[in-house]
Amino acid sequence: MKRLRFNQQEIVFAVFAMLFVAFSIFLRGFLTPENMLTLLQNVAVLGILGLAMAIVVIGRGIDISLIAALAVPPGLVLQMVQNGHSLPASLLTAVLLTIAFGLVNGWLIAYAEVPSLFATLATGLLLAGLGQAALFQLDVVQWSDGMKGFERLGQGTILGIPTSIVMFAIACLVVAFLLRQTRWGAYIYAIGDNPYAARVTGIPSRPIIVLQYVVAALIGCFAGLVMAASVNSMPTRIFNSTLIYDVILVVVLGGIGLSGGRGGVLNVVIGTLLIGTMLNGMTIMDISYAGQNLVKGVVLLLAVITDSFLNPRNEETAQQGDI
Amino acid sequence: MRDTLTSLRYRYWPDHLLGEILSKRWTETAIPVILLLIVGFALSRSIDHFLSPASLADTARQAGEIGFIGLGMALVVIVGGIDLSVGSIFALTDFCALYLLDVLNWPVPAVVVATLACGALLGAVNGVLIGYLRLRAFITTLITLIIYRSAFDLLIQRYSNAIAAAFPDIPSWNFIGGGDVFGVPSVALVYIAIAIFGHIFMTRLRPGWHITAIGGSRRSAYNSGIPVRRTIALCYVASGVLTSIAALFFAARLGTVGGDIGVGLEVIVLTATVLGGITLGGGKGSVAKSLVGVLIVLLITNGLTTLNARGGINRMALAGILLVAAMVDIRWQKNRTRIISKVYVAPTYHALPPPPATEIGQGGPFEQNDKLRDVELIGLGRIEAPEDVILDRNNNLYAGSRHGDIMRFFAPDYQRMEVFAHIGGQPLGMAFDRQDNLYVCIGGMGLYRITPDGTVEKATDETNRSMHSVNDDSRLRLADDLDITDDGLIFFSEATVRYEMDEWPIDGLEARGNGRIICYDTKTGATHTALRGLKFPNGICVASDGVSILFAETFGCSIKRLWFAGPKKGQVEVVMDNLPGYPDNINLASDGNYWLALVGMRSPSLDLAWKMPGFRRRMAKRVPVDEWLFPNINTGCVVKFNEQGKILESFWDLRGENHPMITSMREHRGYLYLGGIMNNRIGRYKLTNADPNFVQYDKRWGKLS
Repeated sequence: MKRLRFNQQEIVFAVFAMLFVAFSIFLRGFLTPENMLTLLQNVAVLGILGLAMAIVVIGRGIDISLIAALAVPPGLVLQMVQNGHSLPASLLTAVLLTIAFGLVNGWLIAYAEVPSLFATLATGLLLAGLGQAALFQLDVVQWSDGMKGFERLGQGTILGIPTSIVMFAIACLVVAFLLRQTRWGAYIYAIGDNPYAARVTGIPSRPIIVLQYVVAALIGCFAGLVMAASVNSMPTRIFNSTLIYDVILVVVLGGIGLSGGRGGVLNVVIGTLLIGTMLNGMTIMDISYAGQNLVKGVVLLLAVITDSFLNPRNEETAQQGDI
Repeated sequence: MRDTLTSLRYRYWPDHLLGEILSKRWTETAIPVILLLIVGFALSRSIDHFLSPASLADTARQAGEIGFIGLGMALVVIVGGIDLSVGSIFALTDFCALYLLDVLNWPVPAVVVATLACGALLGAVNGVLIGYLRLRAFITTLITLIIYRSAFDLLIQRYSNAIAAAFPDIPSWNFIGGGDVFGVPSVALVYIAIAIFGHIFMTRLRPGWHITAIGGSRRSAYNSGIPVRRTIALCYVASGVLTSIAALFFAARLGTVGGDIGVGLEVIVLTATVLGGITLGGGKGSVAKSLVGVLIVLLITNGLTTLNARGGINRMALAGILLVAAMVDIRWQKNRTRIISKVYVAPTYHALPPPPATEIGQGGPFEQNDKLRDVELIGLGRIEAPEDVILDRNNNLYAGSRHGDIMRFFAPDYQRMEVFAHIGGQPLGMAFDRQDNLYVCIGGMGLYRITPDGTVEKATDETNRSMHSVNDDSRLRLADDLDITDDGLIFFSEATVRYEMDEWPIDGLEARGNGRIICYDTKTGATHTALRGLKFPNGICVASDGVSILFAETFGCSIKRLWFAGPKKGQVEVVMDNLPGYPDNINLASDGNYWLALVGMRSPSLDLAWKMPGFRRRMAKRVPVDEWLFPNINTGCVVKFNEQGKILESFWDLRGENHPMITSMREHRGYLYLGGIMNNRIGRYKLTNADPNFVQYDKRWGKLS
């Protein structure tokens, strides 16, 4: 008799399917075309962020500063355009800021050897503080006339599909290409699997780690632009929200182990769908924001516990101070 | 001129202190303390009334509250984890206290107990997840942070109005919130009590040591039988309890439950912890470090608030400090030993005139010959590293060995060999006392006494600590050679106080006066340092007048004489200087003169290098140890000299096969016995015109047979 074995991806997909069916049956207004589009639009940004996080997590790191990268550089674009600069110049400045930010993250983690959780926690605060103190005049940066046309990045449809979903799909393809088809992607997997072995093999692990954080920050910035375009403003206070936990939830639930070296874009898509369905269902059920957070926290905790059983930490390569 | 300047610079500038200070454990606490003083000074200059009693009491209240959380964080960081949920636990336990007091009207003691229990429970959740289920501390506490925070949000939606409406006026509650004893706030008193207990707990009690051990290496701790999982879990419980104590004081002080209570608290506490020098990843930390870190962070944040800085600047400052502190800490932990080993070696200026000639045909007392060519060999291949040799009146031969034993070869043929005594450290110089006890200097251990039946007793292993030495020099690191006076004083040399025995060539490279002569009184058992600042003092022999000793300074290339009694007491006189080699042991000869071993000959390159301290420092920093320029000990000789400093005779082994390198020699009944610390043999050389009945210590103690 063949033994029944499921990997995490299949389990999550099954949970997603069951949840979807249950919501469709029991929740009025869940299975409507409008709600489905809202659901997908809501999770598109989350999904893009999940891709950024996935790259870092596969390389055995974590990036808590993604929300800062999401909020500050796009906020800077809006602010600069508001102040009369041209859109391309503003975009260029934002991208340069993002790259610099990613380089700082990567340098701290790869060269200064600060643990990634810790480094990104602090750099995220730093960037958010910089935005708050020096870049933005108001907490919510408003859309201005100079941005005309740019809102198409997050609004409207392309071939009948909402643009934000198309953007998510494009991001998925780019990241999948990077991870699966390029040598750098293979290096990221190798580093995540066993950093010491990767280093001994001659893989330039430090530059690759820096690259991970730069790419992650760029994707975060892209997600922020899509988000700003879809709501016509940049609420920079989003940094204080719990969005980053949703992103971690997407990655961990999707089956990308925190110990690195496993998973891919498909896992992010599945995780995003599950979280999207869950959040959407809870919104329809009119659960308060705090209540939703509570549920999310508990689900994330269960996911992390499951993850620790499915992908146990490798005690041989786990180093002291790897908290 | 240039040499004079160099000599002055190296004589008066204490180069060696940097390495010694850095290798002290307390430097890691000293740096945050200095930072604290700088911050305090800067802020007191820029803000009025910063140091007024009212302001200080206010700071003390906040410091106490954050200090409790800091202690909890320190504990979990030392055990190798992290607790990000403290901010939310703080909020929840604050709510718990106020809810019980204001809404349920519980009595204050019950509120206190219930709040602490609540904190313990919330911490226990973390503890079970991280300790028993072995989840990652960072991600787990990040999740409990969000869960606790949402629970708090849900609770205050329902009860904040009820709590805000109540104004409890209970004296004991008010005392917790705002009371003081002689001006010291209540919270500070409790903090001090808990901090003192915490210090004793971490440094003196078994569980504290377990915590440090687990943080240092979890696997080793597990293998040595420490209950790793339970200890880790309990640390998180303790963190929860400490946080709830802070919340109690906060609740009693302000009595409100705003939505943003405790938001971002974890970053403040974490910054404080890292800034205080508690190493992320565990294994190192103390209560003092935690307190210093909390004070620095509090002064900075309060200072910025008083200076009306924008919220973003506050945040950036905190994050910036956090990053820099973490980076410095991580780099320092990683490179500490390397940095110390680079700066520890501090060469100094040491000039010697050109050495006297030793070549054949040049004449002079050191002219080489081949007298030692045909010495008889004892124990060839059976003994290792006999630094010193000695014979008793029955002609048995004693020698130290590298394995920590004193070996005995039996007369008359010295074929039979036994372990006379096992000591455990390498025996160096030896001497018999009046009662036939054998006193031995043991490298790394001190001065030991071996009774005639082979019992080993410690004579001394410490001396008085010098007042202005950074290194603790009370322990003996390299006792080298000794002799015993008529009054039972044992004078022995300690070659260096800065290096271990195996690092002796580095002391030669440094050429600093690191050695000393120590006196042990066999009557009182007291030990004191007789003379300091010697360049590798080595051989010691009591001179003929009985109130002075002759001693060799190996890297000083000289023999000096120290009067320890009589009219010239305390004076030091040079007997011979500018020897062509490095003098080692000195022993009495049968004709009243002295034997001296030259362990190695000087070379022009090291003589030159000794005049160039900068060159040697660069070498120590840039070149691996095994390629440093070291004193040559490949060849040496034995010479006989008199108290006037005249060399009478010299003995060489030109072939360099049997005894190229000699550290000691002992005359006995017409023979000279030779030992060498690198040799695997003892030599026996027939002396002409020597007293055939001479037994050194029998003559010394007047027991002529």
